[in-house]
Amino acid sequence: MAGIALRNVSKAFGMQHVIPCIDLDIGDGELVVFVGPSGCGKSTLLRLIAGLEDATSGQVLIDGRDVTQLAPAQRGLSMVFQSYALYPHMSVRDNIAFPLRMMGMERATVERKVADAARVLNLQDYLDRKPRELSGGQRQRVAIGRAIVREPVAFLFDEPLSNLDAALRVSMRMEIARLHQQFGTTMIYVTHDQTEAMTLADRIVVLNHGRVEQVGTPLQLYRHPASRFVAGFIGSPRMNLIEGPEAARHGAATVGIRPENLVLSDHSGRWQGRVSLAEHLGSDTYVHVDVEGVGALTARAAGDFDVRHGGRVWLTPDEASLHRFDGEGRCVTASEVDHVR
Amino acid sequence: MSSIHSRATARLALSPAVILLLAWMAIPLAMTLWYSFHDYQLLIPRGNEFVGWENYAYFLTDPAFLHALVNTLALVGGVLLITVAAGIGLALLLDQPIYGRGIVRVLVVSPFFVMPTVSALVWKNMFMNPVNGLLAWLAQLLGMPAIDWLAQAPLLSLVIIVAWGWLPFATLILLTALQSLDAEQKEAAQMDGAGALARFRHITLPHLARPTAVVILIQTIFLLSIFAEILVTTNGGPGTQSTNLAFLVYSQALLRFDVGSASAGGAVAVVLANILALLLMRLVGRNLDA
Repeated sequence: MAGIALRNVSKAFGMQHVIPCIDLDIGDGELVVFVGPSGCGKSTLLRLIAGLEDATSGQVLIDGRDVTQLAPAQRGLSMVFQSYALYPHMSVRDNIAFPLRMMGMERATVERKVADAARVLNLQDYLDRKPRELSGGQRQRVAIGRAIVREPVAFLFDEPLSNLDAALRVSMRMEIARLHQQFGTTMIYVTHDQTEAMTLADRIVVLNHGRVEQVGTPLQLYRHPASRFVAGFIGSPRMNLIEGPEAARHGAATVGIRPENLVLSDHSGRWQGRVSLAEHLGSDTYVHVDVEGVGALTARAAGDFDVRHGGRVWLTPDEASLHRFDGEGRCVTASEVDHVR
Repeated sequence: MSSIHSRATARLALSPAVILLLAWMAIPLAMTLWYSFHDYQLLIPRGNEFVGWENYAYFLTDPAFLHALVNTLALVGGVLLITVAAGIGLALLLDQPIYGRGIVRVLVVSPFFVMPTVSALVWKNMFMNPVNGLLAWLAQLLGMPAIDWLAQAPLLSLVIIVAWGWLPFATLILLTALQSLDAEQKEAAQMDGAGALARFRHITLPHLARPTAVVILIQTIFLLSIFAEILVTTNGGPGTQSTNLAFLVYSQALLRFDVGSASAGGAVAVVLANILALLLMRLVGRNLDA
């Protein structure tokens, strides 16, 4: 187990500066999720840590040791790939045993460790099958098995669940969380899915255009987004972002309000609008409202709130839960706004 | 979809092609079999009488037959060995990002477009000639006596000439296979601590098993009937040292004008080719299933 640190790490492919400069500390035993839209450099960052890409400048430290110049295998990390990257001609047993064989480990020890890994991941019945004879979830577990037998100092996951269907994704997510609790090993997990990030992470690193937008626990990011980008990215359904005169009234270029902080009413409120869509989920109802002069807003109401397409509703924002952002998208607090005034 | 009518129409539409194919294949085969049981010599026209298995007995007991059989197998085996091994090597090199890769690839592929007679003549006159050939000049440069390739090692020379022509084919197929190898697999192996050699042995080679089987099967089909290269270089000689089955049949028919025993030889060659095909399908065809 080990902490991982990035010091002034940058990466350029030719003239393309994918990662301008990043400093990051990941604590021992932490599960950190890199999240961001596609092309934000999160996978590149993971590959830099893995050693599959060479950093253009800066240092990668594992346990305080500079590993920037070391080959991937010497860094003591394990990686689970998006495509699983199982070896198609080897059985599940040989796939899991491969890293151990490469270490030149004794046959008996290899057998024991493979059996252990198979037990942890419920793969005992599939050991003699080839990867193509497995379902997506089983392949994923084999890939994880191959990662854990090496007993790495940290695990790297590169969008491991993106090829699975929705139900399987939820159960594999729980399985990964369970593995993290069981082993307590540092894990870095890359995803573009903010729900995965919110549910799994000890800390989330939000990336945009190769820059770190914000680092924090899921709830910190949810409650106090440092920028407009984070505010729009974290949370589902998305935070309502309002620009124009309504935002100026609060002394900001943009104000954000989450759907649950909008109070819906059928007779009175701050804004009046027409319902364009009502999503009845049972426990909650998400109401999409077109408000003149403000734009399309999403509000959460109780499951029994009875509205229909075309209905007239009133919305009132909870002033204390408003997020204000300046012209550059940075968060400003209410007191700062007063100060400017 | 497949009602009785549509099936009948399909058969009707297919029939010209099928009839043509049958006519092209079945009639020559039937004629070959017919001649093989008859005495038919172009120089001694004495009414083609039925002779039973005599032509076969004559062809099979000819000492040249066994020699030709061994030569055929050696030719096929030698060319396969060179093209597959060098093909993998070249494919690995061409898979690397190098400057001017497009041009290099065209150059590597080009021998395949040179017709066999031309390439064989170029090899014979410009490379292997003991007086003016490039190889003789190289040998001289190193202070060694020049080798008269086509006289001293006729079969090896033919293997080299034919392998040169077929190497691009193997390289091309193996290269496309290499390019379809998942990059994440190689990276996973890298993370798992496999060095370059181990990656080649455990990841790349197994991945190439199937395309290699394809290369072996296709090449064998064509290599069994090598003829042009032999005709323009050694004419099967010295003696029968570079005569393969195809050339032996040719020499029976058009050098000795014995159509009967040439036909018997042709029938024998068909049977042998099928035996070899069966063996090959058993050996390497397994890779094609999966």
